[in-house]
Amino acid sequence: MALLSVRDLWKEYAGQPVLERINLDVEPGEFCTIVGASGCGKSTFLRLLLSQERQTRGRILLDGDPLPDDPGPDRGVVFQRYSVFPHLTVRENVALGLEFRAAPLLGRLFGSARRRALEEADRSLECVGLHHAAAKYPAELSGGMQQRLAIAQALALKPKVLLLDEPFGALDPATRGQMHELVTRLWREDRMTVFMVTHDMKEAFALGTRLLVFDKVRHDPQEPAAYGATITYDLPLNDTSSIPVHFLERQKVPQCLTA
Amino acid sequence: MRRIINRRPDRLGTLLLGALPFLILAALYVTGSALRLAENPNDKLLPALSSIGDAIVRFAAQPHKRTGEVVLWLDTLASLRRLALGLGLATLAGLVVGVLNGLIPYVRAGFAPFVAALSMVPPMAVLPILFIVFGLEELSKVMLIAIGVAPYLMRDLALRVEELPAEQLVKAQTLGASTWQIVLRVVLPQVLPRLIDGVRLSLGPAWLFLIAAEAIAASEGLGYRIFLVRRYLSMDVILPYVAWITLLAAAADLGLRALSRRAFPWTRAGRA
Repeated sequence: MALLSVRDLWKEYAGQPVLERINLDVEPGEFCTIVGASGCGKSTFLRLLLSQERQTRGRILLDGDPLPDDPGPDRGVVFQRYSVFPHLTVRENVALGLEFRAAPLLGRLFGSARRRALEEADRSLECVGLHHAAAKYPAELSGGMQQRLAIAQALALKPKVLLLDEPFGALDPATRGQMHELVTRLWREDRMTVFMVTHDMKEAFALGTRLLVFDKVRHDPQEPAAYGATITYDLPLNDTSSIPVHFLERQKVPQCLTA
Repeated sequence: MRRIINRRPDRLGTLLLGALPFLILAALYVTGSALRLAENPNDKLLPALSSIGDAIVRFAAQPHKRTGEVVLWLDTLASLRRLALGLGLATLAGLVVGVLNGLIPYVRAGFAPFVAALSMVPPMAVLPILFIVFGLEELSKVMLIAIGVAPYLMRDLALRVEELPAEQLVKAQTLGASTWQIVLRVVLPQVLPRLIDGVRLSLGPAWLFLIAAEAIAASEGLGYRIFLVRRYLSMDVILPYVAWITLLAAAADLGLRALSRRAFPWTRAGRA
């Protein structure tokens, strides 16, 4: 059975559709990269998967059940920015989720329980290569290190689905390459299901097992906002022969807003 | 010669430049006082430093002839108590209302316009109401400070909470946090430094309300004393009292700043 099923999903803002007729089945362990021009609803789709926003129509099923009304620990997330808490040290950032789970009333652990949570956080930090910075505050880290931290923090609770919203968009190319290695390694180790929105076609091809292209198929020249975007290409990436030639040639996203 | 926008004083220079206005003011005062006293030895407007010193000894070191109490300490204690109670109440109200207004859309929808309107009421205009409702004793003075300062703190804090990136709140929820846990671990720790800053900025208005209330109805207090001795043109008492109030306010400001830096080291992390 599919881990995540999307059935005839629509999302409108003030009567104007952003997404329309989205249908999707994703198996456990798939790494879906999502591309599309700006304004094509990629991030909106991610926010719907997060329960940060509600769809106008349609259904999203996770493990066969409708998505919960609120964001929750079953779906981890890494944003491009503001993913980590500036007032907590690196180690405390990762331990925070463990503390939320273990201490409903105070959200804070003490004594030996706290020590155990911090030790577990240290192990996660070792996986992403941040153990040397465990006592620092996020503001003292580079952009790449902050995103490593955000990933470690999101994975600490072992979510079913990991949602990445242009997580490496603000990083320099070298750091981005290191992050690709890290994400690929973590994904191989845990075989979690990943959705990743990106602007970078190379990144989308390099990381994903499946590429989803969001674009508008219907255009109204008199009213460009009349129609929303949908999934125009859904390509398995294990087998490059199935990829349309123009994708590889142009390495560019169809321009949905230039119409 | 480098442009003036590119030149910086060294540490000693900064210190000297900072002290300069104070020294000029003191010099002007001493000269002016000497000139006036030379013309009229009974002049009360600019008393000599020696008579100010006498007044300080009289008020700060000797028990009052009738009551047996040292007046300056009696006044200081009374005023600081009112100030602390008023500011404490305002801070508590600012924290609770500010966090709720900033974080919970339904509370904001119901309460923010009311707080906005409340903050436009001139506190001095309701002072008579406070005297009528709470009497002429301590409570009305404490309430004036609280009512005068709280709306600003409420609105300031609500804005700070709203400024927290939405990503943080979503992220916390994906880490399993409840609303209450988000308040405790995400919102409060990040807005407390701003609350302390807000209280620091409110010290000026708080003193203003305190002295106004004491001037109108009190039997002790720094503001009360100043307005009492005004009847005798006792500049030798008023001037050191004003200096003392200034000193207390500055000490409170510095104390709060030190507290903020010590309690929230992350606010300065990553800055050189």
